[in-house]
Amino acid sequence: MKLNTNGNVYTFCYAAVMVIIVAFLLAFVASALKETQEANVANDTKGQILAALGYDKATVDVATVYAEKVQDNVFGGGELTPYEGKFNTTYGSLIKNGELHVFTGTTAEGEQAYVIPVVGRGLWGGLWGYIAVNEAKDKVLGTYFYHESETAGLGARISEKWFQDQFIGKPIFGEDGDVALTVVKAGSAQKENEVDGVTGATLTSNGVAAMVKDGLTAYEDFLGGATACSNEEECPACKTMDEKECGGCDKACDKACESNNVEQ
Amino acid sequence: MSKLFSDENKAAFLGPLNVNNPVAVQVLGICSALAVTSQLKPAIVMGLSVTVITAFSNVIISLLRKTIPNRIRIIVQLVVVAALVTIVSQLLKAYVYDVSVQLSVYVGLIITNCILMGRLEAFAMQNGPWPSFLDGIGNGLGYAAILVIVGFVRELFGFGTLFGYNVIPQFMYDAGYTNNGMMVMPAMSLIIVGLVIWAHRAYNKEEK
Repeated sequence: MKLNTNGNVYTFCYAAVMVIIVAFLLAFVASALKETQEANVANDTKGQILAALGYDKATVDVATVYAEKVQDNVFGGGELTPYEGKFNTTYGSLIKNGELHVFTGTTAEGEQAYVIPVVGRGLWGGLWGYIAVNEAKDKVLGTYFYHESETAGLGARISEKWFQDQFIGKPIFGEDGDVALTVVKAGSAQKENEVDGVTGATLTSNGVAAMVKDGLTAYEDFLGGATACSNEEECPACKTMDEKECGGCDKACDKACESNNVEQ
Repeated sequence: MSKLFSDENKAAFLGPLNVNNPVAVQVLGICSALAVTSQLKPAIVMGLSVTVITAFSNVIISLLRKTIPNRIRIIVQLVVVAALVTIVSQLLKAYVYDVSVQLSVYVGLIITNCILMGRLEAFAMQNGPWPSFLDGIGNGLGYAAILVIVGFVRELFGFGTLFGYNVIPQFMYDAGYTNNGMMVMPAMSLIIVGLVIWAHRAYNKEEK
């Protein structure tokens, strides 16, 4: 019997059967592989954190080194509490909700460091990254940036080592106490806190600059809040305020004085 | 064995590599040739992925060709390609995560690559699975070859590197050589593809 492959009934049945088979196939593949994929994503995220700390994530055994060297914490109420929940692989919504994760760890050179996740937008899609800062929280020890869909060979180059390594040793805050670390047009970085952007990818470079600024600003309480107040005597406002309001640091102190019109 | 590599099958495989090249002669798949060729590595990865997907979707469509209703054949082809690409990308994500991260942008581009639809419609719908497989491999490699040429030229003159390694010695830069920023722009790859097509046609004309 020769099938009439042009009939309406045949066409409808063929389409229906095909769709059902493909749907089952895709659903099966997706659910069968889900666990492995999630484990990969979590492992890769840990690798990115290690990359910010100066490890080469392609050569080290990520799971072991991470477990050994890095601790996931949440910052709240002026101090870090160890985070016990399921490991997160995206931090954008958490930061928005005020759940500030800070990873403590040691760099490849053995220096104590804090790693801060940052999230932003590039030209075509999301950007994210991890910034390792030193114990005094004023200098960058290393960075890792990646992107969803920046142009290959242009914006995508923010994920290359030469770009990320430019941040090493840069001071985070400017003289006014705000985050001053930024990305400028390629080849025009002059000041201490400026980093060269990527040639031909100005919008992605601007995205990185905004991500670094916004990301670090979101963690301002953490970054500015831990050093002990050295000029408490010079700032009477600090004495009268409770510690949380003051933050206990030079900068918060200065700001409080300013807003209260207290002379230092 | 001799039947497997008959003259016709050889032609299906070798034709697209030169005289019937999908990019240079059929002018298919130009969009992705512009998008992913600013460096050599993505160009190679893209070329190989397209080769694999074209070959297997060709085989599947060729096996189904006698049952496919004529009026919805394009939809059937599209579903096969999309399903195949999705499954491959899921497998990559599960087992070779690094590669899947590099491929992320290109997987979507593979589905829309005209070469796939072109070969399914023009070859796999009329031929058996084995010639279709060879045709898919041949077309994929023919496409990859052009991508590699364009990627090579653009990366060499645009960045002074190949595969990310510096190949232009420092003394050249000291002597006043600079990388050509124009090469990084997509427009330049169109010009290079144009030059490749020119050279290709001039060469094939001589042969005739």
